[in-house]
Amino acid sequence: MTEMSPLHFKENAIRALGDAELQRALGNMRQGFIEKRTKAAERLPEFDALRDKAKEIKDHVLAHLDLYLEAFEKNCVAGGGTVHWAKDSAQARDIVLNICRLVGAETVTKGKSMVGEEIEINPFLEANGIRPIETDLGEYIIQLRNEPPSHLIAPAIHVNKEQIADAFRQHHRDLSPERPLTDRAALLNEARRALRERFLEADVGITGANFLIAETGSTVIVTNEGNGDLTQTLPRIHIVLASIEKVVPNFDDAATLIRVLARSATGQEMSVYTTVSTGRKRPGDLDGPEQFHVVLIDNGRSKLIGTEFQEVLRCIRCGACLNHCPVYGSVGGHAYGSVYPGPIGKVLTPALQGLENARDLPNASTFCGRCEEVCPMRIPLPKMMRHWREQEYAKRMVAPRVRWALRLWALAARLPSLYHFGARLAAWWLYRRGKKGRGRLAKVPYGEGWTRFRDFPAPLGKTFQSQWRGPRRHRRPSP
Amino acid sequence: MSTAREQIFAALRQGFRGRNEAAAKVGVDARLARRAPNLVPARAKPEQKRAAVAAFTAMAEEAAATVARVNTMIDVPGAVADYLRNHNLPMRAALAPDPLLDAARWERRKTLEVRKGRAEAFDEVGISLAYRGVAETGTLVMLSGENTPTTLNFLPETEIVILPADRVVGAYEEALAPLRSNSEDGSRHSLPRVVNFVTGPSRSADIEQALQLGAHGPRRLHIVIVDDAAGP
Amino acid sequence: MSPRPQNPSVGLFATCLVDLFRPSVGFAAAKLLEDVGCRVALPRGQTCCGQPAYNSGDKANAKRLARRTIAAFRHFDYVVVPSGSCGGMIKTHYPEALADDRKWLPRARAFAEKTYELVSFLHDVMGVRDVKARFEGIAAYHDSCSSLREMGVRVQPRALLASVTGLGLRELPGRDACCGFGGTFCVKYPEISNHMVADKCREIAESGADTVLSGDMGCLMNIAGKLLREGRAIRAYHVAEVLAGVEAAPIGQVKPEAEEATA
Ligand code: SF4
Repeated sequence: MTEMSPLHFKENAIRALGDAELQRALGNMRQGFIEKRTKAAERLPEFDALRDKAKEIKDHVLAHLDLYLEAFEKNCVAGGGTVHWAKDSAQARDIVLNICRLVGAETVTKGKSMVGEEIEINPFLEANGIRPIETDLGEYIIQLRNEPPSHLIAPAIHVNKEQIADAFRQHHRDLSPERPLTDRAALLNEARRALRERFLEADVGITGANFLIAETGSTVIVTNEGNGDLTQTLPRIHIVLASIEKVVPNFDDAATLIRVLARSATGQEMSVYTTVSTGRKRPGDLDGPEQFHVVLIDNGRSKLIGTEFQEVLRCIRCGACLNHCPVYGSVGGHAYGSVYPGPIGKVLTPALQGLENARDLPNASTFCGRCEEVCPMRIPLPKMMRHWREQEYAKRMVAPRVRWALRLWALAARLPSLYHFGARLAAWWLYRRGKKGRGRLAKVPYGEGWTRFRDFPAPLGKTFQSQWRGPRRHRRPSP
Repeated sequence: MSTAREQIFAALRQGFRGRNEAAAKVGVDARLARRAPNLVPARAKPEQKRAAVAAFTAMAEEAAATVARVNTMIDVPGAVADYLRNHNLPMRAALAPDPLLDAARWERRKTLEVRKGRAEAFDEVGISLAYRGVAETGTLVMLSGENTPTTLNFLPETEIVILPADRVVGAYEEALAPLRSNSEDGSRHSLPRVVNFVTGPSRSADIEQALQLGAHGPRRLHIVIVDDAAGP
Repeated sequence: MSPRPQNPSVGLFATCLVDLFRPSVGFAAAKLLEDVGCRVALPRGQTCCGQPAYNSGDKANAKRLARRTIAAFRHFDYVVVPSGSCGGMIKTHYPEALADDRKWLPRARAFAEKTYELVSFLHDVMGVRDVKARFEGIAAYHDSCSSLREMGVRVQPRALLASVTGLGLRELPGRDACCGFGGTFCVKYPEISNHMVADKCREIAESGADTVLSGDMGCLMNIAGKLLREGRAIRAYHVAEVLAGVEAAPIGQVKPEAEEATA
């Protein structure tokens, strides 16, 4: 079983690489998402300009986050909503529990919410006798399987249809054993049937928020299934969980972000449902919740303001960085051991959980830069991973052997004659060893990480510098 | 002990040390009052209404909605009945109690049984009225309210939406503009409880990344565009 | 395009990997530059660009090496690097690393301005459109991530390779995906790195290529090492070697004559 902690990244990654089912799913995922995003981006000539604009909007918000949160609160209350503030996960959970208790809630339906995962609301509600039911199909599947999500927008991407059928048979008591669940359509129908009842009986509906609009005090959710809308329309109470950086100034700004979100995430022109919610049921309304609560959650974000990590708060959780990440594509989401996998997780998780609890994450990157290239919010993810590495180095968290090797090499590099001498020596020595191997080495000292999987191309005996400056400079490589 | 709210604001202001507070406040107020789209793609600025309707139709169809077009409201019940019959669906529907839809004289179409009101769990077909259609992506804009309950858009398996052609606009911003408080004429109002932007029927790719329609919301979305909704 | 410079002085930044493992790339680069009239020199003061320190979080040493390198090349019109990775370090990361150094930041910026990856320098600055070289084979060109994303190299090598007699080119489906080298990444996370390079090698083999070319020795050592371990008969060369028509054994192999000599 995968250990859900970023401390176990290496072991988890190795296990994931050996998991044939997971590898098959990841293989499908990569090409699908990448092609769709590319097509969507190519189809909209203004796409890159919209990304610039989106970045600018969020930068402006982050520089005035306190003021926009105040405006959001004021307008949300004016529209009939209630705003709650939570400094950390525990406070957020208590707020939700109290609201549920006040109305005597027994079951709660939930739309997809990453911050809900972050504050671990489900186990907490369960422990307090309230049944939370995930309604996003992917979230529902992993809830039944008692697993965390493995992707920001495709939480059950690692599960195959046989496993889904098993989960349904185990948990849907009213499902007849004769009913075939062999194809995807049958599975979808079964989930729809089971969840429809849950939607109708729930006392409280909890959703996340993709955006908060300060101008109108509205919350915005973006979904494809419509589960979020059933979650927030049918029960008497609607609770929105939102982290504080989700706020945008006005609807024009939300529209800009919406234009880049779906295209980056799934390659759709627009997600099926974008829902702007403002306050509770109005006089005369025939449906809708009687109470509208917004829980604004900090959980470590406010302390990033004014630091080199501020820009990560621009993230709109589209998942594009995961979809394009070669490391995510190799090991999947669970290996990261945190709610936020992939490049965004490599930057965000150390900020939320502490660098000492997530040291591998910012290191496990080749800095290939593809995440930054596709991020709609132009977050310099590799640069921020490097900032974590700098902190790690400064705090002496790097292994002494590595520190010394780096220092020695840096010292040599500052003294050209020493450096060139060392290089000549290494070239000669490795060349001698490589001769037997006809130009390659199957083993090199300290090179086990390399040679376990690859041969090591040996040097050719002399360095370029020495040949260039050699007595018989004939501008030809040695044989 | 300070409240969570105070602690959060204190932490934020820590990060904003050195900010010019007066200027920040003015900037934020101006931004909140501003009613100007940022960057609207060229394709969301159709030259005339006809082009907008055509673009809307093409994009909605691409998002797996079906689109029919009729002349006036009187033709709507016939178009709805045709659609239901052709898809072998029940000839019974929950209907948005909007006065504009009354002009369709539903009672004259005897084969089609409509009940005005919100959708209930047993309703298989819902008929509602769109506030706007957005050409940019073939998106319907649906408002909550006494005349157009939100449940109609989500509970039934088949969602039918009536869209007067003159309600088709280019961009999302344009669709929402009349509903927002206006800083110029000083009008202040709150948005309806819910504004739903709907682009095609419900779908999910959560099972093995294969796209399937009808996850929790409607399996089908049929749009009836009425060219002259105010006409006879 | 601005007019082509006449006999510019070019400082060749040879890179650690070329210096240590593949001198023929350095000679190939010098030949290509001299063929179009550049006056090429190899300043003694050059060592390493400092990227290993920078990417390991050792910013202090990275800055020291950055200042060293900038000083060593201050007299040249251009600095040319047969690597997108070291080039990217200079072009994007020197100004970033020295951002809080009032004295060195302007120098770092000016230095970044005149630094180019080899093939893009030939193509974009010197206006080279074809080379007189011959190479028999079908090659897949691997874009190194830093060439692609930090140095804007994509069309230039393909354009010049198209002029090589006897050479056919294949595109890889995942051509903008990383090969898994990543500097210290490949030894810190060998299993993940292996997964990535195995994917890359499979794609190269499936493309029908018998040769893989790239502009970065790091990627090439990684890919060649994996190809050799898998026993695939695919040769690896630095793109400069092919463009310059330099005769050398493929990376990680020895020339037949040399082989006989040692036997
Ligand atoms: S970091 Fe960028 S690409 Fe990744 S999820 Fe956030 S917005 Fe999307």
